Amino acid sequence: MAKNLVISKIQNGTVIDHIPAGEVFKVVRILDLTEPKGTISIAVNVDSRKYGKKDILKTEGRKLNDREINKIAIVAPNATVNTIKNAKVVKKTQVKIPNVLVDIIKCPNPACITNNEEEAKSKFYVVAEDPLVLKCAYCNTEITREEAIANFK
Amino acid sequence: MFDLVSILDVKKRDLEDIFSLSDKFSSGKSAKISGKTVAGAFFEPSTRTALSFETAAKKLGMQYIGFRSTEGLSIEKGESFADTIRMLDAYADCIIVRHRFDGAAKFASEIAEKPVINAGDGKNEHPTQAIIDLYTMRKTFGGINGLTIGIMGDAKYARTINSLLLGLNLFDIEKAVFIVPEGIKPKEEITRQLNYKYQILSNAYEVIGKLDVLYVTRIQKERYADPLELKRMEEAYKVTTQLSERMKENAVILHPLPRVNEIDKEVDYTKHAKYFQQAAYGVPVRMAILYKILGG
Repeated sequence: MAKNLVISKIQNGTVIDHIPAGEVFKVVRILDLTEPKGTISIAVNVDSRKYGKKDILKTEGRKLNDREINKIAIVAPNATVNTIKNAKVVKKTQVKIPNVLVDIIKCPNPACITNNEEEAKSKFYVVAEDPLVLKCAYCNTEITREEAIANFK
Repeated sequence: MFDLVSILDVKKRDLEDIFSLSDKFSSGKSAKISGKTVAGAFFEPSTRTALSFETAAKKLGMQYIGFRSTEGLSIEKGESFADTIRMLDAYADCIIVRHRFDGAAKFASEIAEKPVINAGDGKNEHPTQAIIDLYTMRKTFGGINGLTIGIMGDAKYARTINSLLLGLNLFDIEKAVFIVPEGIKPKEEITRQLNYKYQILSNAYEVIGKLDVLYVTRIQKERYADPLELKRMEEAYKVTTQLSERMKENAVILHPLPRVNEIDKEVDYTKHAKYFQQAAYGVPVRMAILYKILGG
């Protein structure tokens, strides 16, 4: 690792590894890190044995919630989320898109009940994983990964 | 079957029960469900669906409450759809919902503890109409297996087409033929789910002589944002006597109604026109659906 070290270690926070090359800024937006309070380090196009190239995001003093992890799973299906305490990995999570995504994606169909009734929260089911196809549980509109990302709530 | 939100809620066995009950009710026999109330929540205009459900409920001896427009309701004071459904859930044993938003019936079914029947939600589904369509085919031909069914109409926005196409998965039809203007395709979300063959044509004359059923729908004017696309759609469809003359001897034309200009009035007098008979089946079939849901 020392030989290939491109960004420094963090003390406490989260490291998101195995983000597809070039997609790290989508993760930055998901985590609302455009105006970060702590240190963030971004590595783009890092060599990866598994995927050829990958991006890495390290964020000091930041924990991720389930909602953020589910969104990251859509952007970066192979990502791992490492929780760091005292410069050590204390938890390593392989992200996974849940079968049902509630209130995470705005349905792109303007006539969907979820866009017109406050109480109706958006709900999408996974129809296919690769390539990703999600289906609105209410209006049956199907969306791709790109459409899902464009409609994150 | 508890809720009837999508035609996918209906299993083959349910459909067979509904067909047998429809036969019974259309032959004049009746049944009573006493002490129950049906609520018709029509947030969007309706003639046949609202009236046939009301007639069906009353013929089964049930009380019928409800509305056919939001005028005069507290919705106008800002009451939410969800709260309106909650009220009806408290007053009735079953709620029939029609709404202009896609997925409204599904949302209502999650709020209500009582069964919810989808009477048309936006451009999504209209499952009870599909059951009437299937029943009419079965009555006409003695069965649905082996039929070649032409779909001429608004395959993009017509909710009745979505429900009918998915309902046909329960049978072993020969094939479906979409007759749509050049460049317009039926919805992939639906065609991907079909377990039977289908083809897409733009000229009805190419296929009319091979069809057993020509299912026609009106163009869903209210759902088009682009006036040019709407004009193209309107010009592309017209069932005339010249077309119907080329149909097979026993082939039929069905239409969920209301008809606008897509079927010439003269076609009404041909032996192929079955759409008014189809509309008449609305009462016995909806009696059967209510009986299936509330009669047990």
